[in-house]
Amino acid sequence: MATPLLEIRNLHASVDDKPILKGLSLTVNRGEVHSIMGPNGSGKSTLASVLAGHEAFEVTEGSILFKGEDLLEMDADERAILGLFLAFQYPVEIPGVSNTQFLKAAINARRKAAGEPEIDALAFLKLVKDKARTVNLDESLLKRSVNEGFSGGEKKRAEIFQMALLEPELGILDETDSGLDIDALRIVSEGVNAMRSPERSFVVITHYQRLLSHIVPDHVHILMNGRIVRSGGKELALQLEQEGYAALEAEVAATA
Amino acid sequence: MPSSQETIDSLAQREYKYGFVTDIESESLPPGINEDVVRAISAKKGEPDWMTQWRLKALNHWLTMPEPHWPFLPYGYGPIDYQALSYYSAPKRDKLKSLDEVDPKLLETYEKLGIPLNEQMALAGVAVDAVFDSVSVATTFKKKLEEAGVIFCPISEAIREHPELVQKYLGSVVPYSDNYFATLNSAVFSDGSFVYVPKGVRCPMELSTYFRINAQNTGQFERTLIVAEEGSYVSYLEGCTAPMRDENQLHAAVVELVAMKDAHIKYSTIQNWYPGDEEGKGGIYNFVTKRGACRGDRSHISWTQLETGSAITWKYPSVILQGDHSKGEFYSVAVTNGRQQADTGTKMIHIGRDTSSTIVSKGISAGQGHNTYRGLVKINPGAENARNYTQCDSMLIGDRCGAHTFPYIDIKNPTAKVEHEASTSKIGEDQMFYCKQRGITEEDAVSLIVNGFCKKVLAELPMEFAVEANKLLSISLEGSVG
Repeated sequence: MATPLLEIRNLHASVDDKPILKGLSLTVNRGEVHSIMGPNGSGKSTLASVLAGHEAFEVTEGSILFKGEDLLEMDADERAILGLFLAFQYPVEIPGVSNTQFLKAAINARRKAAGEPEIDALAFLKLVKDKARTVNLDESLLKRSVNEGFSGGEKKRAEIFQMALLEPELGILDETDSGLDIDALRIVSEGVNAMRSPERSFVVITHYQRLLSHIVPDHVHILMNGRIVRSGGKELALQLEQEGYAALEAEVAATA
Repeated sequence: MPSSQETIDSLAQREYKYGFVTDIESESLPPGINEDVVRAISAKKGEPDWMTQWRLKALNHWLTMPEPHWPFLPYGYGPIDYQALSYYSAPKRDKLKSLDEVDPKLLETYEKLGIPLNEQMALAGVAVDAVFDSVSVATTFKKKLEEAGVIFCPISEAIREHPELVQKYLGSVVPYSDNYFATLNSAVFSDGSFVYVPKGVRCPMELSTYFRINAQNTGQFERTLIVAEEGSYVSYLEGCTAPMRDENQLHAAVVELVAMKDAHIKYSTIQNWYPGDEEGKGGIYNFVTKRGACRGDRSHISWTQLETGSAITWKYPSVILQGDHSKGEFYSVAVTNGRQQADTGTKMIHIGRDTSSTIVSKGISAGQGHNTYRGLVKINPGAENARNYTQCDSMLIGDRCGAHTFPYIDIKNPTAKVEHEASTSKIGEDQMFYCKQRGITEEDAVSLIVNGFCKKVLAELPMEFAVEANKLLSISLEGSVG
C-alpha cells in the first residue's frame, strides 16, 4: 500500500506580499518520482523554496505534512535533518569554507540530532570518496571552497553528490538540468537513478522534458499560475514537449 | 535603549565606584597622577635613576598634551578622569571564594573554550591555593630559553638585570612623546614583558603560550619590548581567548619591536577583554600603541591580531621599514558585536629600498557594533621599488551595525607599486539558507561562514591557537543572527 511521504494541501504562498502559489495540492508517496513542469514564473522554484523553508516566502494558507509531521512548524535545518534535501538551481558560493568542512558539518549535524558521536575522519574520507565516484566528481574540487570557481556543470554535480552523501528521504531537484550539457545531464541523472528506492521519493522540477527521459517520473504535474492544472503519467511530459505550454495555457483558460 | 550620554554617565560612575571605594592595600598608591606618584612607582620597582628620569620626562610632556578624540566611535565614550585612576598595583579586587560566585555566563564561555578548571578560577578571579601546572611548565621553559641565550622576563626585572639593553631600546620605536596614551604609559607603566633574542638564535618555542594565567596581572599599563638581533627569529603571542575581566577600564599598553638584519619577529595577539554588558556598560577601553622597526636589511615583522573583546578598540600595529628589502605584514580580524566599537588598522612606513608590506584586514560587525579600518601606507622619497598589497574586507551581520574604511595612501616615490582591494558584504541570506538546508544550525552556519571569511588571517596564527581562535569567533558572534 502506498505510504504518503509528502502531503501538500491547498498551499498559498507569497513573497513581498505578492501571491505566487495559489492553492497547490500534491501528495508524493514513498518510492515515487514526481515531476513538476511549468512555464517560467509559474511558481516552480517558489514551491521548492517553500518546501525547504526559505524565510523570504510566507505561507498564507494551507498545510504541508512530511513523514506525517507539520513541515511549516520547522526551521529549514530541522526539515533537512528530517530528510528533506533541495538541490539548488543556483548553488551559492561560500568563500574560505572547504567542501570537506561544509559536508562534515552537515553530516555531524545529523549525527548530533540522532545522538551519535561525530563522524571519524577516516570514515568520512571513505564516504566522500565513494559518493564522489557516483557522480564522477573530481575529488580535487572537494578541497576548494564550497562552489567557488565551479563551472555550472560542476555545481550541479556537486549538488547531486551532496544529496548522495546525505541520503535524504525526499530529494527536490530544482531545475538541475538547466545549464547542463548532454554528458553532464546523463551523469547527474545516473546519480539520481542510483538513489531511487522504495523508501525514497523525488520531486523533479524542470522546464524541459529532456531530463525526464533520463529520470523517468511516475507522475507529471503541470504548474501554471501557482496551481497544478493537470496531472498525468510520463506521457504528459512528452505531450507538453510537442504542443508547448502556450497550447495548454489556452486550453486551461478555455475550461476555467 | 539608553542614549550614549546615559551610557557614558554610567561608565563614569563605574570608574568612580571602583577607583575610590575599593579598599586600598598598603602597597598601593592613592589614585591620581603627579610627580610623586611616578617617583613612587619607580622607587617601588627599584629602578635606576635614568629610568625614573625617563618616566618624569614622559609625565611632564603628557601634562602638556591634549587628549585626542579623532577615532570614529559613533557611540563615543565617557570622559576619563585620570586623577581618579590608580597607577600602581591597581587595587586588588576582593577574591571570590569559589566558582559559585562567578557569573554563570562567564563560566559557560570558559566551558565552551575548554579551559581547565583551575585556569577558569584564576581567570574569573577566584582565590586559588593549588599550585598551577604551569609553574612547573614555566621552569622547564625558562631553562630551555636560557640554554638558547634568550632573555624572556618581566620588563621590571629587565630594567634591573639588563639595564644596558633596556636603556638602548626602550622608547627607540615608540618615543616617550609619541602620543597621549603612549606617553601616559611611559610615565606610569606597571609591567610587561622583555624579550631579547641574540644573534643567529631561533627562539626554541612560541613565547608566552603558558601566559594565559600570568597575563591577568600585567595590569592596565603594560609595556612590552622585543629585540631580535641579526639573523634571529621569535614568535610571541599575547593575550588569551578566555574573556578576561578587569576593573581597570582604561588599558593603554605599548609594544615595541626591534628587528635587526635578517631577523624575523612574529607577534600575535588574541584580545578578548570584557566588552561590557549588553548595553555596552563597563567594557574595557583598549587604547594601545604597537609599533615595530625593521632596522636591518631583510628584516621582517608581522603582526597578527584577533580582536573580539573590549568596549572600544583603538590601535594600529605598525611597521617602520628602514632596512632595504625589509618586510612588514599585518593580518587582522576585528569583531564588534553588541555596542562594541573598533577603530583599528595599521601603518606601513616604507623608508628603505625594495621594501614590501602586506595588509589583510577583516572586519566583522554584528549587533549594533561599529568597525572601522584605518590604515596608512606611506612610501618615502628614498624608498625605491616599494610594494604594498592591501586587502580590506568588511562583513555585516544584521542591519543595525556599521563598517567603515579610511585608507590613507601617501606615495613620494614614483617606483612604488601599491594595490588596494576592499569589499563590504552582508552575510548572505542565501548562504545562510544554503547551510541550513543542509541541516546546519543557524549559529553553526554563521560560524562556518565567518571562519571562511577570516581564513587568510587565522592561518597566520600559531597552530595551537587556530582552533581556539575559531571557537572564540563563534562565541563572539553567538546570538548575532535572528
